[in-house]
Amino acid sequence: MPENTGEHDCSCGKGLTRRGFLSTAGATTALVAVSGRINVNVAQAAASEITSEDMAKITLDINGRQQRLLVEPRWSLLFVLRDRLGLSGTKVGCERGECGACTVLIDGRPRYACMTLAVEATGRKITTIEGLMNGEQLGQTQQAFLEEDAYQCGYCTPGQIMAAEGLLRINPDPTSEQIATGMSGNLCRCGAYPHIINAVNSAGAKKRN
Amino acid sequence: MLPGFSYTRPETLKKAVEELKAAEDAYLHAGGTDLLGCLHDGVFPAGKVVSISALKGLQEVRKLSDGGLLIGALTTIRTLETDADIGARYPVLSQAAAEVASPQLREQGTLGGNLCQKPRCWYYRGEFDCLRKGGKECFAFNGQNQFHCILGGSACYIVHPSDTAPALLALDASLQVSGPQGERSLPLSELHVAPNDDPRREIYLEAGEIITAIKLPKPAAGLKSSYRKIRARQSWDFAVAGVALALVMDNGTVKDSRVVLSGAAPIPWRSQKAEQALQGKPLNAEAAGLAAMEAMADARPLEHNAYKVPMFKGLIKEELLKFIAD
Repeated sequence: MPENTGEHDCSCGKGLTRRGFLSTAGATTALVAVSGRINVNVAQAAASEITSEDMAKITLDINGRQQRLLVEPRWSLLFVLRDRLGLSGTKVGCERGECGACTVLIDGRPRYACMTLAVEATGRKITTIEGLMNGEQLGQTQQAFLEEDAYQCGYCTPGQIMAAEGLLRINPDPTSEQIATGMSGNLCRCGAYPHIINAVNSAGAKKRN
Repeated sequence: MLPGFSYTRPETLKKAVEELKAAEDAYLHAGGTDLLGCLHDGVFPAGKVVSISALKGLQEVRKLSDGGLLIGALTTIRTLETDADIGARYPVLSQAAAEVASPQLREQGTLGGNLCQKPRCWYYRGEFDCLRKGGKECFAFNGQNQFHCILGGSACYIVHPSDTAPALLALDASLQVSGPQGERSLPLSELHVAPNDDPRREIYLEAGEIITAIKLPKPAAGLKSSYRKIRARQSWDFAVAGVALALVMDNGTVKDSRVVLSGAAPIPWRSQKAEQALQGKPLNAEAAGLAAMEAMADARPLEHNAYKVPMFKGLIKEELLKFIAD
């Protein structure tokens, strides 16, 4: 057994972390849970109908990687990200487009993954919170949230960061009002809003420098 | 997890019309925000979802040779909010678009979809077998009705949830519709179904018909327009009360006007009484106050929503007076 130094709790080390275990378990399920008939690639032959019992073969561009998947038409992008690809950074909140916990970028724009069917996301560039990392380094917006202590329980944080990232990619120097509007689709039950606003300001400054 | 449905994404409009017509339980998916919400809440089941997101022709915004504007039905609310030409020539529409839902939903939701939304009544969206869903009664009438209608209620007391529809009505928009019988043009004022005509239907589109574009006439010289919305919370929500105004001014006098309310009635509510009160008058506090009173002349509040009457009066007057300050 390699020695566990206990210094870090990420799946990059040799030890098996809880999160790493859960992601691996999720990815394994993806391979075995194919029971339906396999239909054509939606991206290429969209016109043919996929029945509710069918699985559609699709390719999604997620964080710059082409992910080939078998999906049911009813599966949301959120479900596919978390339960089929193990990208658990995107959170499940209300699942009805009201809370923002599942915010991802689609073609650079913030969207709710719970309100997007996976079959509708083909041909688009999807960015999740995991896609903001530079290797093991946090991205600028993530770093700003860390520095500004812009969370309490942290559950809404990935969604908040993705909303901020989406806002700043379009407008790297937003006014206070534009930040309030840009972040209005994300709820924080802990009420960390003042720190979140600070973090967006700080992330904007990092991006401009 | 949503209940199961079959899915198709045709690449031609003709095929989309055929697919939609072919099954009674087929539903159109444009942005999908309202449809997926309804399926999630079990408001109705969809046997088949027909996505029109591959129809690129429905995404254009184009100035017409007569000076008007054609807006493809799949144009996102975000595009309407940020398009500089729309902001300059039709402020009421860009202001209304900016008030729709949240940034994420504005990126996804489309103008065609926004016009065809299902109501947000909590009985309709909840586990109630209400009149609109095929049941026998409207639970809002004797129930929790603080966000329900004060005008035009009959049998069903919803408010229409759209912000863009009142704005487009104020601009005399018309729709281009494609269906099994070919294309037709429909004034927007003839799209929405009042509950006393049919409380189980929201729009007058036939099976297989799809809105392909929204057409706006050239703005009249002297047109001033605006949209303002009051919500129960500041961040984002549906309208408790809202007003879309389009006034054609001539030397301080109102030559023509449209006053259309959101959050007031089961359909986007054009107040011709308010418009008559303004017609030919100099726009001043007296005329604005009178128009606001007239807009509420027929109001019949329910048990918990009488607060909307003074709210609308104040809102309409304030918004009209802003045009004087300009």
